[in-house]
This record gives sequence, C-alpha cells and structure tokens, in this order.
Amino acid sequence: MTKKQKKTLRRILIAAALYLTAAILTRVVPLPGLANLAIFLVPYLVIGYDVLRKAVLGIVHGEVFDENFLMAVATVGALALGEYSEAVAVMLFYQVGELFQSYAVGKSRQSISDLMDIRPDSANLERPDGTVEPVDPDDVPVGAVLVVRPGEKVPIDGIVVEGESTLNTAALTGESKPRYVRPGEEIISGCVNGEGLLRLRTTKLYGQSTVAKILDMVENSSLKKARAENFITRFAHYYTPAVCLGALVLAVLPPLVLGGGWGEWISRALTFLVISCPCALVISIPLSFFGGIGGASRCGILVKGGNDLESLAHIDTVVFDKTGTLTKGTFAVAQVSPAPGIGREELLEQAALAESFSSHPISKSLREAAGALDTRRAANAREIAGQGVCTRVDGHTVLAGNARMMETQRIDYRPDNGVGTVVYVARDGEFLGSVLIADEIKENAKAAIDGLRAARVRTVMLTGDSEAVAGRVGEALGLDEVHAQLLPDGKVQRVEALMANRTGRGKLAFAGDGINDAPVLMRADVGIAMGAMGSDAAIEAADVVLMDDDPAKITLAMGIARKCMRILYENIVFALGVKAVCLILGAMGIANMWSAVFADVGVMVLAVLNAMRMLAVKKS
Amino acid sequence: MQKKFKIEVDCANCAVKIEQAIQKLPGVNSASVSFMAQKMVLDAEDDKFDEVLKAAVKAARRVEPDFEIEL
Repeated sequence: MTKKQKKTLRRILIAAALYLTAAILTRVVPLPGLANLAIFLVPYLVIGYDVLRKAVLGIVHGEVFDENFLMAVATVGALALGEYSEAVAVMLFYQVGELFQSYAVGKSRQSISDLMDIRPDSANLERPDGTVEPVDPDDVPVGAVLVVRPGEKVPIDGIVVEGESTLNTAALTGESKPRYVRPGEEIISGCVNGEGLLRLRTTKLYGQSTVAKILDMVENSSLKKARAENFITRFAHYYTPAVCLGALVLAVLPPLVLGGGWGEWISRALTFLVISCPCALVISIPLSFFGGIGGASRCGILVKGGNDLESLAHIDTVVFDKTGTLTKGTFAVAQVSPAPGIGREELLEQAALAESFSSHPISKSLREAAGALDTRRAANAREIAGQGVCTRVDGHTVLAGNARMMETQRIDYRPDNGVGTVVYVARDGEFLGSVLIADEIKENAKAAIDGLRAARVRTVMLTGDSEAVAGRVGEALGLDEVHAQLLPDGKVQRVEALMANRTGRGKLAFAGDGINDAPVLMRADVGIAMGAMGSDAAIEAADVVLMDDDPAKITLAMGIARKCMRILYENIVFALGVKAVCLILGAMGIANMWSAVFADVGVMVLAVLNAMRMLAVKKS
Repeated sequence: MQKKFKIEVDCANCAVKIEQAIQKLPGVNSASVSFMAQKMVLDAEDDKFDEVLKAAVKAARRVEPDFEIEL
C-alpha cells in the first residue's frame, strides 16, 4: 500500500469507529434533531471532506459532473432530509470502494512491472586498470567493457570479448530455451547470464539498448488508446449530465403531478444519483487493456498500444512474407544428386571446396553440409559473374555454378528440376552431379497456419521468389493464397488490394521479419514484426513485435487480444446492466441508498477482478 | 518537442478528462495521459514548451485538484 492509501485506510477506520459511536449514542440517548446532526457530522466530515472539497472546486472550475459531485449532492441531500446515518454510510462505502480500486490498480501495475523485470539495476564497468565497479547503466559509454557475472542480467547490448556461457532469454521472448554464446557474438540486454562469466564490449548506450526500448514500449502502450477507451469517455460525457437531469426530474415531477410527498421523491432521486456513478466502467477498461498488454509481453509479444490490441482481436486476414517469416531464411542443402560413379560425399566436398572463398549464403550452406574441410586444398578461385565459380582444387579445375555455366563450358550435365537453387559441379570437364539448395520451412509454421485456419482467418503469402518455390511452400503449409515474384513495392500494392477488396470489418495483419518490409508493416492494419530482437527499424514500423521468430505467436497474440476484448465487453454489459436495473429499482423506490452503495461498489469490485484475469495469460 | 512526465492521478475518468483538457490548449500538438502507467506525454512547440507545460498543469489541476506531476 502506498502512503496515500494508508492514510485513506486510517481515515476509514477512524470514521467507521466514530460512526458506530454516533449510531449507538443516538439510539441510547434521545437527543434533539440538531444535536443528532452534529454527532453524525463528525464522521461525515472525517470521511468526506476531500469529496466535498473536490466537488466544490469542480463547480468553481466549471467541471460539474463527476463522481465527487454525485456523492456530495447525494449525501448532503440525505443530511438535509434527516437521514444522517445513511449519509455517513454512503460516504464511507464510497471511500472503501475507492480504496479497493486504487489498491487493485496498484497491484496490477506492480505485477506488470514484475513481468517486465528486465531492467538492470547496475552495470559492472571494468576500468582500464582492471578494477571492476558497479555503475548506473545510464553512465556507461559505447565501447566500454562490462563484466556480467553468473545469474546477472546483461545490462547493455554488446559483443562478447571473453568467456562462454548460456543466456536465458525467457524474460524477453517467453522462450525458455537457453542460448549458447561465445566471444565475438552479439548479445542483447535483458537476457540473464547462465553459469559462465562474460566480458562484453558495449555497442550501444543504455537508452538505445534493447531492454530500454522494450520497457519504453510497454510503458508507452497505455498512452495509445483504443477505440473502446474513447467510447467510454464519450459515453461519460453524456451519461453523467443525463442521470443528473433524470434525478432532478425524479425529484420534482412526481410530487408536482401527484401532489405532495417531496421528501420521498427527493430521497429516491438521491439514491438514483448514487447508483449512477460510472466508476466501474471507467476503471475496468484501461485495466483490461493494461493487463492484456502486460500478459502478452510476458509471452514475448510486445503490443504497442490498446488500439493495436483491439485490431489484433478483429483480424480476419494474415498476410505473411515468406523468407524469414514462414521459412528460416537460411539456405540448406535439400538434395544431393551425384553423377553415376561419383560418391555423395565426394560431390559435396568438391562443391564446398570450390565455393570455399565465397561468403554467399549458398556457399555457406554447401560448406555446412560438407563438414570441416582443409581449405588449403583450394586455390585460385575465380568468380564468373552470373554463372558461378571456377577454382583449383587439389590441382584440378572444379566448376561450380548454374546451368548456364555448364552450357558455356560445354559440359554434358544432367538438368535438375528441383525447386530451389541448383549448383552443378564439374571437375576437369567431367560432370560430378548437382546439389539442390532450398530455404527450409520453420518447424512451427505449419502449426501457426493451422491455428489461424481454426480461428477462421484467411492466410496469404507474398514472396519475391519464383512461382515454383512459393507454390511448394504454400502447398506444404496449406495457405489459402500465394502471390509470387513480387518486388518490394509489389507487396505494398498487393496488401492494399487485399485491404480494398475485403468484405466486413475484419482487419488485415501483415507479418514480416522487418527486413525490407517496413513499408508494408506500416501500411497494414496491424504490422507484426518477427524475430525483432535488436532490429530497430522493425520495432519502429510495426504495431506488434514478436521477440522471437516463431510464427505460432501470431495465433497466441490474437488469442490474448480476443480474450481481452471479451472481458471488456463483459464488463461493459455487466456494469451497464446492473446500473440500469438499479436505476429503475431506485426510481420506483424499491432500492434504498444502502443497496445503491452496495450496487455501486460491488459492480466495481467485480469488474476490476474480471479485468485482472487478463494478467493471468497462459504462456502458450 | 515531446516530453514524458511521471504523474499522479487517482481516477481513470479524471485522466481522460485531463487529457482532453490539455489537448484543447493552444500550442499543444498532442497530449496523452495514462492512468494505468501514471504517465503523461506532452508534445508542444519547442519555443513555448515551458509555458504550454505550465498551462497544462493548471488545466489538469482544474479537473483534478490532486493532480501531481514530477518535473
């Protein structure tokens, strides 16, 4: 509890004690009316002075219709009618409700900051003379050397200069698989160091580091408000004056028409005012969104604002970029087809050696498939543009390249019609065989598409790749639509066309890896950037950022968003429903002021508890 | 120029009302007040920022006398 809350609690207890004393005293000792009022005024002022003050200030400032005004009018009215006990009780319950609300909100704030417990407290800076001293992460310059001990958080993004360890990225990605790191590797802040001691050279300032960016995003997310939040504001704008007018009519009209009975109708009007207090509604909406965004970030899904969470819940089309999103974006040898009389290993070895000087992803995948080789066996590599390479390997001339190379060199080769990139290999003019290299589909891609289909979401894939490659991936995953051979701006046009042709109010999401597709991420209703750890451009452009590159997280994100919206509507319908019933009962004189206060505080408590369910999001 | 402030508002409704009141002030490009995060972002013209901020705090106190801000 905060200081303010403790103070309120003390006031409530004191006022409650005074109230009980007053109630007993007035029962036991018969006193004249004014003395009764004086006795009840003590607890009333103790508990209600701030409400009265704010109500008066509100009127002075022209901000008439708020909760304080409603409570002040209702209780002062009750006092005027001689219902002293009711007046104090209403104020007391109102304050108890407010205290509970503030406590519940504080709790959920706390649990969200616990979820996002990635902020480093200090960094162990190593001075040039070798001494290590803890400093504020904000004071660490770029290029400084930091020591990260076992169990500590990596405070700032950097490159490992010494030491090996495993890093736990669970707090960032929701993924508990540890990552092994060694010197030369880039590591991002927010990970928790495993058992090894690491020395790292910082590459960024704390403010630009991943951890600061993420915290900033989560904290700012509640500043981007959803439509539902604005709806409530607009609603309250008309609601409060409307109920005040209603109360006035209720107090004046029936006695005028029916004649007499002023006290009774004024009392009903005051009850009406107490019931009408819209606190439950107003508090539960931001709380649900805050909880939803917090729960999502625990799963490694960063949602930039309440409005984005709202859109996520209404997605009916997900457009995927292929490379890096549904496929790994890394190339791997898919098929080895040696010529007759040539061994599989021999073919791979020759290809890898011939390509050993190239840094192209295709060459890399060949070297990975062939295993460790002595690169000194290869020499005089010469690249033939648009064809391949020609290298001396063990004194022989080895060619590795595409079909055009085989044709220009007049080699009798066997065409390979596999889907992907084909590397043909020849040694001293003799054809050795071909190696098919293809991009691999991610393990979770199929599950992600299946999950979306189950949620009746249309899936579309866009790619710059050939029809053949796109078709194979599309078929393997069961996508609804595939569009191939698109240039980067073609992707934007395609997304725009999909958005223009949609029927209904569903939203369109685009999921990409953030490389080259920032314009599309911005254009779509919801831009989802994947595997964005450390990629600033993607974090900027996207509305939703998946910390790892698991496409199945999209389904999870949509599930969280839908749950959040469901809770929201439950609260709106429930709160308004109970209010409506109580208002009618109050107007008819069935509900008195006591039940009015219970209805008001009770609805609020239930709405807050319902909203807090959002914090308990399951990890997967 | 855009600046972020830590604030103290006690009710969600007041936060929204404060936000609307500040948005209407002259010189304010945009403003957002978050009840849950207890934060306010104010975007105003550079040369008049301090004046605008003062006016914003004043407007906020009109709505909610207990409004607190860390400057």
